[in-house]
Amino acid sequence: MSTTFIEGSIAVAKTVGVCRPQVISAYPITPQTHIVEHLSELVANGELKCEYVNVESEHSAASVVLGASATGARTYTATTSQGFLLMIEVLFNIAGMRLPIVMTCVNRAVSAPINIWNDQQDSLTARDSGWIQLYAEDNQEASDMHLQAFKIAENKDIMLPVMVCMDGFILTHSFDPIELITQEQADKFLSPFTPQYYLTPKNPLSFGTMVGPDGYMETRYFIEKTMQVSLQVISDVAADFHNQFGRFQGGLIDTYKVEDASLVLVAMGSIIGTIKDIVDELRAKGQKIGVLKVRSYRPFPKDEIYKALSHVREIAVVEKAVSLGYGGILANEIKSVFYGKPKTPKINGYILGLGGRDITIDTIHQVIKDSVNVLSEEKFIGLNEALIKR
Amino acid sequence: MDKESGFKRYLKLDLLPTPWCPGCGNGIVLKTICQAFDELDLPKDGTVVISGIGCAGRSAGFFNLDSVHTAHGRAIPVAEGIKYANDALHVVVVSGDGDLLGIGANHLLHAIRRKTNITVVCYANEIYAMTGGQASPITPHNTKTLTTPDGNPDYPTDVQFLFKHHNGYFARTSAYHLNHMKKCITESLEFNGFSFVEVRTMCIVNYGRRLGYKNSNEMLMHYKELYKINDYAEELAQDEIGIIKSSS
Repeated sequence: MSTTFIEGSIAVAKTVGVCRPQVISAYPITPQTHIVEHLSELVANGELKCEYVNVESEHSAASVVLGASATGARTYTATTSQGFLLMIEVLFNIAGMRLPIVMTCVNRAVSAPINIWNDQQDSLTARDSGWIQLYAEDNQEASDMHLQAFKIAENKDIMLPVMVCMDGFILTHSFDPIELITQEQADKFLSPFTPQYYLTPKNPLSFGTMVGPDGYMETRYFIEKTMQVSLQVISDVAADFHNQFGRFQGGLIDTYKVEDASLVLVAMGSIIGTIKDIVDELRAKGQKIGVLKVRSYRPFPKDEIYKALSHVREIAVVEKAVSLGYGGILANEIKSVFYGKPKTPKINGYILGLGGRDITIDTIHQVIKDSVNVLSEEKFIGLNEALIKR
Repeated sequence: MDKESGFKRYLKLDLLPTPWCPGCGNGIVLKTICQAFDELDLPKDGTVVISGIGCAGRSAGFFNLDSVHTAHGRAIPVAEGIKYANDALHVVVVSGDGDLLGIGANHLLHAIRRKTNITVVCYANEIYAMTGGQASPITPHNTKTLTTPDGNPDYPTDVQFLFKHHNGYFARTSAYHLNHMKKCITESLEFNGFSFVEVRTMCIVNYGRRLGYKNSNEMLMHYKELYKINDYAEELAQDEIGIIKSSS
């Protein structure tokens, strides 16, 4: 298969385009803009038959796709950071109404102070919203994930929205050789959206109607149950994708040299690539080290993670977000994987790269050095000591 | 005692130059706001500037005054909060058209209604410039931008009528008309109620050059040729700048 040297954002936009969305609505925010600008171009030059709606805010963008999806249209939006936070009210609505919208959350730090650079605080803040959250390691995966996302979301046993998370700038603005998905391939993989229920005068329905204490709790119960069902569907869709395209970037998780490892680093997103390089470097020196990528963060694949890591002595979770007042978000969830199990490894959590601070090979070496030595409280790595002591 | 430095006393001169592109009109507006402050001799310890997000939003940090850089669109309610907490302060919002008339337009509507005694200066460049040039709420119909490559299908908003209805102060001016701009901003600062000055200003890098303007000066000359001054009018036509008559 041939590759195209292309910017991550444009690759994502092209994949979304061949998924044949019928309504797209978005509001510009750095570093999401290139994705939606390219989609508006595809619509303008007639390559994509779709309504593209420029709106006055992300709250409106999410609301437009909510409305469109409720009528049975395939819909898409994209945002990041502050725009994502402004959308959150509607994101809960979308999940509660079981609308299979696909969105890209370009990961960026949140204000204040304002910062446009990458970390993963935005999407992790909405982990409890009822959206399926997938995290892409590189631009090929980010591009491919959008095709998979529509198939997962629109599965009649799922009918939940899916968010594809990709690191801002590090992925969106970098150029890579990408195997782009053709229209023919996309059509073969993804059937047209045929919802079982949607707004039509022939069969009047209400979405999101007031429900009292007698029925609300069950809506949450059903979403939680569906999330558990989606574990299998996400794996199956990744396997289907592998069959048709020959590319596999993991189902719920992916592992690299974990089988015989005594230390495994756990992470999400583009940082995985940096860690893999270090794994190779240290393996060459005889250190038994590996990396586990959490690809599906919601639903959280506890069983798969346990199965992959049950033999490991030490785990270091590295993450670009923090639950202020609690520590590392992913680290604490990884710890919960081992609750009640016969053998618990040493699990250390490391917070790094916030607001775009560089994660260098040296940063990861610091993590490994620290992790091998002690069982520590969660630590910030790569702090500027001069600023702290000021 | 800081009178000797004139308008410059309101600027953090050590932070200059601003981050704005060569040819941007924002610096002209920033300077004129400071000149209006100077004309009224606004106290540095009694004046606060609030801005939202975007190119214009970067202004707040350049004032040598207390300032707040708010979330996108929220400058007006934050300014209202400050004013209601300390009525003695001169409270000035400095932000752009995307911020004030797009994502934050709801707040504008209700601040007019509440007649909160604050002043808003809107850098109106017709584009979301900071993000690279996407259609804003006042991008003219049929104009090509990065999100309207086929021409803008929507029509620009014009908020002068809201002010007319609620007896607020509204003025439209341009980066070319320096004396008029200063007059409008000075009047708006003196106005007892909610006041709004829309300053038409040029973005060459992410807007004008895509429309065929060779340089920023051509955009400035366009304002010169297009706009006729019509102060204290009942209503401003699209090719007019001026002040809307208000009975309060």
